[in-house]
Amino acid sequence: MTVGRTLAVSLVGLAGHLVDVEAYVARSLPAFMLVGLPDASLCESRDRVRAAVGSSGLSWPQRRVTVNLSPASLPKSGSGFDLAIAVATLAAAGLVDPAAGEGVVHIGELGLDGRLRPVRGVLPAVAAAVAAGYPRVVVPIENLREAKLVPGASVIGATSLAQVAFRYGAEIVEPDDVEPVAAARPAQPPTATRDLSDVIGQAVARHAVEIAAAGAHHLFLVGPPGAGKTMLASRLPGLLPDLTEAESVEVTSVHSLAGTFDPADGLVSRPPFEDPHHTATAAAIVGGGSGIPRPGAASRAHRGVLFMDEAPEFSGRVLQTLRQPLEHGELVIQRAGGTARYPARFQLILAANPCPCGRSIGTAPDCSCTPMARRRYFSRLSGPLLDRVDLQIDVLPVTRAEVAARGAGETSAVVAARVRAARALQTSRLAGTPWRTNGEVPGRWLRDRLGARPGLLTELDGALDRGLLTLRGADRVLRIAWTVADLAGRPAPSREDVGMAIALRTRGQSGQ
Amino acid sequence: MRATDAVGRYGENVAARHLEAAGLRVLDRNWRSPSGELDIVALDGTELVVVEVKTRRGDACGHPAEAVTELKLRRIRRLAGEWLAAHDVHPSGIRIDVVAVRVAERGAARVEHLTAVLE
Repeated sequence: MTVGRTLAVSLVGLAGHLVDVEAYVARSLPAFMLVGLPDASLCESRDRVRAAVGSSGLSWPQRRVTVNLSPASLPKSGSGFDLAIAVATLAAAGLVDPAAGEGVVHIGELGLDGRLRPVRGVLPAVAAAVAAGYPRVVVPIENLREAKLVPGASVIGATSLAQVAFRYGAEIVEPDDVEPVAAARPAQPPTATRDLSDVIGQAVARHAVEIAAAGAHHLFLVGPPGAGKTMLASRLPGLLPDLTEAESVEVTSVHSLAGTFDPADGLVSRPPFEDPHHTATAAAIVGGGSGIPRPGAASRAHRGVLFMDEAPEFSGRVLQTLRQPLEHGELVIQRAGGTARYPARFQLILAANPCPCGRSIGTAPDCSCTPMARRRYFSRLSGPLLDRVDLQIDVLPVTRAEVAARGAGETSAVVAARVRAARALQTSRLAGTPWRTNGEVPGRWLRDRLGARPGLLTELDGALDRGLLTLRGADRVLRIAWTVADLAGRPAPSREDVGMAIALRTRGQSGQ
Repeated sequence: MRATDAVGRYGENVAARHLEAAGLRVLDRNWRSPSGELDIVALDGTELVVVEVKTRRGDACGHPAEAVTELKLRRIRRLAGEWLAAHDVHPSGIRIDVVAVRVAERGAARVEHLTAVLE
């Protein structure tokens, strides 16, 4: 009796850990023990594996089979270990060549008929295997495309356990014409063309969206219902440049784990857009679930846009949970099963009505809200959260003149080209620093870079003196000013750029 | 005598012959006490071996050894103590074995001997 060995991958968050799967067959009463901290879903693997081996035309060893998943202290969950457990057991029982499966990573769930079923998170799992120095991977055929996205992996797709066992030298007839189990395709939202030219009027808001795209600034839109806040926000992803290759892998890994990724389209190359409903819970936004938590909307919006429409309607707790990812670009979620880290470097767009009734514009002649109700409405969006949002602007109702002049709006393609140019300027300026966009750069660096230029910051200092801006707010203004200059192709912000930045930061209240 | 009893009886004979061929000395067979029955009691050198024999025709209900449950093993263990108390035998140790007998349609029965099954 020998020990059968093979490899599998356990995912904790996006971090993959290589797991040694060992099987030992003892001459004792028939039993199947699974040790190494499996959770309930993994314990059920025993019954699936046993049935699958039988269905594959192999005889289950009538002995005491002990399967160990090591490191035994790492909690493991999910059905992706089925294939590795089956291969290790067959190797230990001498039904396949024990050397064939050694050093090969096996990922996949088994059906009772012995077919391999696709699992989630194949991309980060394969990436972890390759990074650990084990590029040979066997995955369910439906996950093959996803696994092949990992550079350096030598991936084999299999339809059934019988096929894998035959490859490893089992004495069975090679199965052919096994219909592969199809993966559940995530429902794709209808891809309506969302072009910036659809937005009527709103020159200031459009400019703000362009600046937000160019400098990766967070954006807060305040305006009455029907002014076009939602339209503007949903146009932002179309203005953002394509993801870099490294970013694509990150984003795709998150979506693979969340089950919202269709491998038929290859790596996710466009910035994602997430717009959770305002009844969403904290767990839905930051990620959660029992055992090992799963990524939430904030992580699915990684390297993309998280749009929170009717922001004051979100619960205070949900809004507060966003402070950590806004600051650090990642989410750390603790649960009983372990701690998961998910990246969450998203661009936040908040939209709100000016008051509960939504008619408090200008001197607010139609507004029926009490002052108390108005204050309470915005108090949900706490100072610490709003302070982190660089751009804060009013979106006023569209006038009849603007509607009449429609068709003058620029298309997304035109604006996106300017955004790309502005990003290129930032990249060259920020080369050698850990930052890539103006939205990430701390104020100190910006001040040093700006140097002493008399008169440039007069208005900024004035706003600071009047209490209109906090010190952090002043730093944010500097960031915006740099982006405005980048969009205009200027080497450094001018006085006008700073003035515009203050207006874009303070909802235009600086002149009052 | 019912058919299953006949098969069981046949299996025990096969098992006893198998054990003797393997060098064990059978001391007792079908020893009964108020709390149960021991199929075979034998000596392997100085070690007392209490053997549970399971016989099956075909594999339709699974492997014969699968039918030996945890509960049954505990009962055998208790009976082993009772057997020792009733007999003047002083072994160096006690071991519980299972002999699985699969009766074939024709030809010889297949015998598997699993040693020291209780942990």
